[in-house]
Amino acid sequence: MSDTLRNSIYFALVAVLIIGTGILQSWNSALFILNMGLISAIMALGVNLQWGFAGLFNVGIMGFVALGGLATVLVSMPPVEGAWSAGGMRILAGLTLGIMSIVSTILVFKRMDAGRKRTIVMLGVLLIGFFAFRAVFDGGVEAVEAINPANAGNIGGLGLPVLLAWPIGGVFAAGAAWIIGKTALGLRSDYLAIATLGIAEIVIAVMKNEDWMARGVKNVIGLPRPVPYEIDLQNSAEFVAKANAYGIDPVTASTLWVKLLYAGLFAVVLLVLFAMAQAALKSPWGRMMRAIRDNEVASEAMGKDVTARHLQIFILGSAICGIAGAMITTLDGQLTPTSYQPLRFTFLVWLMVIVGGSGNNLGAVLGGFVIWFFWVQVEPMGLAFLTLITSGMAEGSAFKAHLLDSAAHMRLLTMGIILLCVLRFSPRGLIPEK
Amino acid sequence: MDLLNAFVALANFVLIPATAYGAQLALGALGVTLIYGILRFSNFAHGDTMAFGAMVTVLFTWWFQSMGISFGPLPTALLALPFGILGCIGLVLFTDRVVYKFYRAQKAKPVILVIVSMGVMFIMNGLTRFIIGPDDQRFADGERFIVSVRSFKEMTGLSEGLAIRTTQGITVVTAVVVVAALFWFLNRTRTGKSMRAYSDNEDLALLSGINPERVVMVTWIIVATLATIAGVLYGLDKTFKPFVYFQLLLPIFAAAIVGGLGNPLGAIAGGFVIAFSEVTVTYAWKKVLVYAMPERLEPDGLVQLLSTDYKFAVSFVILLIVLIFKPTGLFKGQSV
Repeated sequence: MSDTLRNSIYFALVAVLIIGTGILQSWNSALFILNMGLISAIMALGVNLQWGFAGLFNVGIMGFVALGGLATVLVSMPPVEGAWSAGGMRILAGLTLGIMSIVSTILVFKRMDAGRKRTIVMLGVLLIGFFAFRAVFDGGVEAVEAINPANAGNIGGLGLPVLLAWPIGGVFAAGAAWIIGKTALGLRSDYLAIATLGIAEIVIAVMKNEDWMARGVKNVIGLPRPVPYEIDLQNSAEFVAKANAYGIDPVTASTLWVKLLYAGLFAVVLLVLFAMAQAALKSPWGRMMRAIRDNEVASEAMGKDVTARHLQIFILGSAICGIAGAMITTLDGQLTPTSYQPLRFTFLVWLMVIVGGSGNNLGAVLGGFVIWFFWVQVEPMGLAFLTLITSGMAEGSAFKAHLLDSAAHMRLLTMGIILLCVLRFSPRGLIPEK
Repeated sequence: MDLLNAFVALANFVLIPATAYGAQLALGALGVTLIYGILRFSNFAHGDTMAFGAMVTVLFTWWFQSMGISFGPLPTALLALPFGILGCIGLVLFTDRVVYKFYRAQKAKPVILVIVSMGVMFIMNGLTRFIIGPDDQRFADGERFIVSVRSFKEMTGLSEGLAIRTTQGITVVTAVVVVAALFWFLNRTRTGKSMRAYSDNEDLALLSGINPERVVMVTWIIVATLATIAGVLYGLDKTFKPFVYFQLLLPIFAAAIVGGLGNPLGAIAGGFVIAFSEVTVTYAWKKVLVYAMPERLEPDGLVQLLSTDYKFAVSFVILLIVLIFKPTGLFKGQSV
């Protein structure tokens, strides 16, 4: 069987699974799986860039995805009235002060000779910078958070089109990746894993607590959409007439049409990124990356700057995750920092890449669809399974109730077991690297 | 100015909690560092190993409580602890046989083992949540305080109170005993020496007839014991919640790296460094400063450097600083 035939069969199977969901359950859930599958495929592409091409282990995907979500709010929401004049400028000034003090510390470190004097000067600059930052920043935050705290209390966004937030989400994630990469790359591979684990936790903590930015745990709802609203469609005579012509109830038709529009947008992004990743893989740059992955010492001897190349690809991959994060938030129409769970946004993406075939872009895309499908469907399947094994037990027994309650945690177990089995028995994944 | 009261406030809110927390982190970091030294990978499942061991202990504690067995003024959990350790050892040895052994035989790259340990982490996490659920569980009982605020005030006549909770006392005592036993084992017994030899130079150790499988098994047993003790102590002191143990992973790794991965002494020092910086940076210093400063210099605000929500940021920043300036850690750890 040729590779093309095998790959076509895999993707046909995914199509069958999604269409089957449409026929057996509902077309709305089928389109939901498709939309999130497209986004998952994009995230998997990003992680595949890092792990498949370069062998970098990123455990902080959740953080980069969340930064993308944050970008959506900051770009697309209309500005909160009076927030900028009340304290917005002051917050910006505070942040600038903070950045300046860090930069000057770095300058001191670079310019002065090593010794006790340098340490003291560095500590002094940092301390003065920190207190100056707090003095300016805190007042601004208080002023902004005092504005209508029930509905706003944040700085709002720029009011720009939401599609613009996608690339900006990528830029945000790239910035965070640069900081991490600069410190942890070039050391042992485990250190990058631990550092990314840390940055993800901190990004989430910042998003939960800095209410002035995106309302923290009070969530931002009602984000602008790049597609029409269902209610507008239902009110438009033209749309209702079309829906009736196809024999679909206008309400269902409007939800389906909106989801289809999203699917179109996501598919375009996925195709563009996929084409870029394919081109990168086949270019001399891609070959160099894989050479570095397979033998760092030899590549270094050939004159390749391993750490710089690693930093480059780490930033690129994280940026893609940021774009995907912005897309998820756009699709949800709201930003809920508490919904960012490491299991859902870090581990699941890893599973997609490894199951699909690390090092192969097509494999990552396939893995994105397959794993997302099972992620959605495992819970009902787990419940059905537990109902089956508990059916013999006495009605109302505490043990049975406990088992049925725990069905939700089946996901963790199943996904962990899938990962271990794939790693052990088929480490190259469904579509292996050529 | 009232320096005595200032010191009491400092001890009550910073020194005592940080010491207890540091002891818990040190025990956790010791486990991570031992795995790193012997098996040569960063074990991401360590937090959930702690959660699992603590969960078994919690279940036994409830069982003992329901039978009316208690440990006098001490928490019943201490009686249940050996059973928790046994349960944890069983699970860990099982995962080693089923999962890790295969990769050891293959001589897989460390990063593969890290990914594998992530898989194990999710299975253990799933098991814990499946059995006990994702919520907070209380299992502490017995006397609550060794020294309570009121009795301290009566005893000393100071206006500032000082409380030492039983769990804090137990944490420190247990940690000292466990660490002393561990170091005695590593330095004085034949098995411990063979472990250190294996950690220093695998090939030489194999040449001198050390059985690697035995070393690995002993390591897992010690790690499971340490993890369970650390998990139970943390659960007694604060609260038992499966997700919290996952979050502990970051400070634990930071502690192990700050001290130098693979170096047991470093792990202990690292644990206390992380704990003390976390507590001092997130503590609102107003109370202490009001006592310690002359009246006209008293601060208006809370004098809190960072809100407690950012305590993980502290361990992270320390981790970054160590990675930038001294990647081998304070005490010389293994390779960079």
